[in-house]
This record gives sequence, C-alpha cells and structure tokens, in this order.
Amino acid sequence: MTDQYPLNHELAPPQANGELVFDDPWQMRVFGLARTLCEQGCFSWDDFRSELILAIGRWQGALDRSPWSYFDHFLDALLQVLSDKQMINEEELASRLAEYINRSHGHDH
Amino acid sequence: MSERSPQSIRAEALEALLIEKGFLKAEDVDDVIARYSERVGPLNGAQVVARAWTDKRFRDDLLRDGSAAVSPYQFEGGQVEKLVVVANTPAIHNVVVCTLCSCYPWALLGLPPKWYKDPEYRSRIVREPRKVISEMGFEVAAGKSIKVWDSSAEIRYLVLPEPPENLLQYDENELPGLVSRDGMIGVAER
Repeated sequence: MTDQYPLNHELAPPQANGELVFDDPWQMRVFGLARTLCEQGCFSWDDFRSELILAIGRWQGALDRSPWSYFDHFLDALLQVLSDKQMINEEELASRLAEYINRSHGHDH
Repeated sequence: MSERSPQSIRAEALEALLIEKGFLKAEDVDDVIARYSERVGPLNGAQVVARAWTDKRFRDDLLRDGSAAVSPYQFEGGQVEKLVVVANTPAIHNVVVCTLCSCYPWALLGLPPKWYKDPEYRSRIVREPRKVISEMGFEVAAGKSIKVWDSSAEIRYLVLPEPPENLLQYDENELPGLVSRDGMIGVAER
C-alpha cells in the first residue's frame, strides 16, 4: 500500500487496539473526507498535518480551552486547507450551515 | 429527534459542498472509511506475515517463539503475552477459535470481528471446520487437513497464510495489503 496513514505519529487519531476510534459518526465522515481528498491529490497529507498542528496549538494556547476533542481540530484543519486551496470558501460554508440549521425539525438522514 | 451537534452539521454541510463542486463522491468516502475500518486494525498482523514471507530467519523465529519475534515491533494493544504462530502449508490449513470466550490477538488483529464471538462459530468450527470455512467463502483444498487451534487467556494464535505463488512479483510494500484479518484467523486463504 502506498501513502499509508501515519498512525504512529503523535498527531494520529485516537485508536484502541490498533483500530480507529470515533465517538460520533460525523468524525468518521470527516476522517473519510480528508483521506479521500488527499488520496485524490487535492492536497498533500503534509499540508493537512501542518494545519492540524496549528489547530491543536491554538487550542493548547487558549485561555478558556474547550474539552479535548481530536476531531474538532481535525475538522478545523481540513476547513483551513480547503480554504487555502480555494476549494471551499467561508461564505458558502456559512450560508449552507445556516440553511441546515434553519431547516425544519424532523428532518433527518 | 435528538439535537445534532453543531460539528455534525458542519461536517454534513462541508461534505455536501464538496460533492456539489465535484471534488469527490459520497461513495469514494464510503470506500475510504471501509478500507480504514477493515485494514488498519489487522495491519500490524499483516506486516508480520508479509515479513515472514520474505525473511526466512524471521519466519523461523516467529514460528519458534511468536511473542519474542513480534516484541521489537512494540505493537500497542497488549494481550499478546504468549503468541503462537501456526503456518499454513500445502498439507495443513490452520484456523483459530476461542471456544470459551473470544480470546484474540488484539495487538495484531485489532478488534475481533463480530462472528468470532458468535456461539455458532465457536462451536461449529471445531466440529465441521471445512464446512464453516466454506460457508465463509473459502474452499480449503480437499487434500489438506484442517487443524483447529483453541485460544485461551494464556495463548493467542495467529495463522501465517501461505504466500502467493507469484510472491517475487510484488513490491515489499504491497505485501501487507495482500493479507487479510480473516486470513490470519484462518477462514480465508490469506
């Protein structure tokens, strides 16, 4: 296999007994998004990792830190890379978010 | 309906935008997730098997004392106090079960699959291994005998599948990709 995920890296996602651990389905989805885009050549894993280091660093340096959640930082890093690569911009994401938040209750997938 | 977390809505919005813009398809993401769920756990074991295929001395060490041979890898996940590796040969096919509970070499294979803990597998694989393995999609050659190894809290077994016939055609890095979790339990060829 080529381009293996750096699972022994200190920035690797949470694992137990060698398997990835996801607390919530969206985390698995975001992990899948990042790996898919990377494998398709949209960005390099180093690009992503640099943003992840920065995102975690911001959390560490914050005075009122939220509880640790690896995938919160993972998602922040992914959004930053996508914004840097001009694949997604903040406005369109914000507008889509507003649409989803305001959609009628009872909607679910 | 339970309230969804803001992060899950963000993730959903992001995926929808990426799909609409043609950067990826939902099925691509499904495939990647499936690959990691299936491969990453058993990858440790697959690396050990691949090395044993190409490194005769390591293979001998592994079969003599599995725990000692894998200890330099420092796999996390514990539970391989006493690892016994059993090699498939042209004459013998090995398969592993834990009839009492679901003892399993976690550090090498990740989390045990659901069926491994199933009472049906645990009882039937001992009585009619050939039939059970066949039902799981692999036909053990008629001339081969099947040896069933019963794990315990003290001893964990790992099957060393036979290498592919065209072993030399593969790049070393490709070999772990040929080894599946099921192959290392013994319910698949490799």
